[in-house]
Amino acid sequence: MAKVFLKDVQKVYDNGFAAVKGANLDIADKEFMVIVGPSGCGKTTTLRMIAGLEEISAGTITIGDRVVNDVPPKDRDIAMVFQNYALYPHMTVFQNLAFSLKLRKFPKAEIKKRVSEVAEMLDINSQLDKKPKALSGGQRQRVALGRAIVRNPAAFLFDEPLSNLDAKLRVTTRAELKALHRRLSTTSIYVTHDQAEAMTLGDRICVMYNGEIQQVAPPMEVYDKPVNRFVAGFLGTPPMNFLKGKLSTKDGSPAFILNDGDVITLKNSNGQYKNYLEKEMIIGVRPEHLTVEPLAGQAHNGIKAKVNVVEPLGDRKDVYLTSTANQKFIANLDPHTKIDVDHQVTMYIDVNKSHIFEPGETGKNITISAN
Amino acid sequence: MNSIHTFLLVLAVLFAVLYAFQPKRPKIAFIYLRYIVLILIAALVLAPFFWLICAAFKDPDVLMKYTFLPPLTEWAKEINLSNFKELFKNQPSMEGDVYFWQYIINSLFLASITTIVQMFFSSMGGYALAKYDFRGKKMVMLFMLASMMIPGVVLLAPVYKLIVNIGLMDTYWALVLPGACSVFGMFLFRQAIVGIPNDLIEAGRIDGCSEFSIFMNLIMPLVRPMTGAFCLVTFLGSWNNFLGPQVYINAQSKLTLPVVLNQYVGVYANQYGVFLAGTLLAIIPPAILFFCLQKEFISGLSSGAVKG
Repeated sequence: MAKVFLKDVQKVYDNGFAAVKGANLDIADKEFMVIVGPSGCGKTTTLRMIAGLEEISAGTITIGDRVVNDVPPKDRDIAMVFQNYALYPHMTVFQNLAFSLKLRKFPKAEIKKRVSEVAEMLDINSQLDKKPKALSGGQRQRVALGRAIVRNPAAFLFDEPLSNLDAKLRVTTRAELKALHRRLSTTSIYVTHDQAEAMTLGDRICVMYNGEIQQVAPPMEVYDKPVNRFVAGFLGTPPMNFLKGKLSTKDGSPAFILNDGDVITLKNSNGQYKNYLEKEMIIGVRPEHLTVEPLAGQAHNGIKAKVNVVEPLGDRKDVYLTSTANQKFIANLDPHTKIDVDHQVTMYIDVNKSHIFEPGETGKNITISAN
Repeated sequence: MNSIHTFLLVLAVLFAVLYAFQPKRPKIAFIYLRYIVLILIAALVLAPFFWLICAAFKDPDVLMKYTFLPPLTEWAKEINLSNFKELFKNQPSMEGDVYFWQYIINSLFLASITTIVQMFFSSMGGYALAKYDFRGKKMVMLFMLASMMIPGVVLLAPVYKLIVNIGLMDTYWALVLPGACSVFGMFLFRQAIVGIPNDLIEAGRIDGCSEFSIFMNLIMPLVRPMTGAFCLVTFLGSWNNFLGPQVYINAQSKLTLPVVLNQYVGVYANQYGVFLAGTLLAIIPPAILFFCLQKEFISGLSSGAVKG
C-alpha cells in the first residue's frame, strides 16, 4: 500500500516531441485513480514512467516515501496489467502466476499457497495447467490480473486492460475489477480512453489532453463541473453541445446571445461574466439538459432549430438538430416525446446546468471558475 | 525424340489411361499422376544414397563391377565389411597410431562447440539488434549486411595470416573463433525476435527479471523453433567443413572427418570403398540430429502470447 506522487513530470523524446508536459498528480493510498484521455494525450506514457519502463525527462515520481526516478521497474514494488495481457506463452498459467515470486526467491510452499489463493479469487483454478493459448480472452485477462495480484505490490498499474475484450465481457470485468479493488484496497492507477470505464471505476479521474493534465476530481465533479471545454466535451455520450454566441446583458441580467439571435438568460452571476461581456464565447449544454417544454422560470431560454435525425434508443431518444445559424446540436429526450424529422422545434436550455467557455479547444469554464 | 520427351509422353499416356478408367472423377487421375511423379523424383534423389550404401558394403574388388548390388548368388562372396575393417585399422602418423573413431570424436567436438558458441553469440546479437535502441544501430546493421556480401574464401588469406600471428595454428580455436559471431545467425535471430511483443519483455522487467534473465527465460524459449533450425544448419556447416581444417590443422590426430576421408582418394590413394564406408558413417550423426530437432521446426510457440 502506498501513495504515488508525480511532481512536474515531463517526457520529451529525442526528436523533441513532448509527450507529457509537467504532470502533477497526487494519488492517495488505496485510491483508484483513472487517467483518461484521447489517443496520444500522454496517459500511457505517464503510466509507463510510473512503472519505470520509460525514463522521465524532468520532475520526480514518488512511490510510498521513495523517489523512484532511477529505480528499475523490478524494484519499484509495482505490478502492471498490460493491454494485450503479455502472458508468457511458453509457461502454464501456474508458471505465469508464480514467475515473479520465483524470481524473488520465495519458498516453494509460499508460492503454491499464494498462487492458489489468487486462482481461487479470480476463478481460474481449473486453468492452472493450461498454456495461455488454450484460454479465452476473458480468462487470459484474469491470469494477467492474477499475475499482478499474486505479488501483493504497493500499487497496481493498468494499461487499458479491458480494451481487448468484447463489449459484454468488458462490462462484467469492469464490475469485477471494482469489487476486487474494494477487497484488496491497493493503490491503483488505471489508464483508459473509455469514459464509461473512467466514470465507473475511478475514485478520482485525471483527464489528460495534449500531454497536460486538465482536471483531477471525482467522476461526478468532472462531469458536472468541467474546468474547460475539452473536459466538458470528452466526458458524456452523446457529448456536450457547444453553441457559439456572445455574452451580454438583458434587462440587467447576464445573457448569452446565440449567433442565431436566440437569447439565453443566465442565472445571476457573482460577477464572473463581467470581463467577458460582448465577447465571443461558447455555451455548453449537455444533451440531457435540453427539453422540448420550457422549464419553470426559464420560459425564454429557447433555441429554434430543425430536427434532422431522431434515434429512438429505448431508454431515451437522441435528436439531432440544426439551429437557424446552422449550429448542430443533440438533445437527449424522453423516449415517448413526440418529435418529427424536418419539423421546426424550440429546444429549451436548463441554464442552471449550462456552462460558458472561453473560445478555443481548451477554453476555460468561466461559469465554475468564479465559484 | 529424346528421353525427356519420352518421359513426358509416358506420363501423358498414363494420365489418359487413368482418366479413361474414372472419367466421372478426373480428380482421381490427377492424384495418381501426382503420386507417380513424386515417387519418381524421390527415387531420383535417393538413388545416389542407395548407391553409397551398396558401395560401402561391396568388396573393394567389385566396386565398379555392379552399379548397385551384385546378384544374390554372389552376396556371400562380394558383400562384406572389409571396407569398414580397413577404415577402423590403426593409421600410423607422426603422433603415433590414430584410429578412425578419433576423427569422429574430433568432428563431433568441433561441430558441437562451433554450434554452441555461434548460437550463444548470434542469439544475443540478434536480440540486441531486435529489441534495443542504440546510437548507430542502422550503421551496424548496414556494416553487417555488407560483410555478408564478401565470400568467405576471399578472407582465407588474411584470416590465415591473423591466425598464424596470434599463434592459433593447429588448434581448434582457429576454426571456432573466426565464425563465433555469425552475421547470418544474428540476422536470423533478429528476424525471429523482432516479432516478439515488447510487452512481454516489459512484463518480465516488472516481474523482476534481469536483462539476461529476460533473454534466457522469455526470449530463447519463444524462438526455439528457430534455434533448432539454426543449430542444425550450423552443425552441418561445421561437420562438412573441409577447407577450414585442411588449412588450419596439421596434426593427423586433430583432423576432422571430411579431411581424413579425402585422404583415401587423394593423389597417392584410391581406396574408394573405404572412402564410401567412411562417408556413410559420417552421415549418421547429422541424420540423428535432424530427427531429434525435426519437431522443433514445426511448432510456433509464440501463439497465445498476446491477444489474437
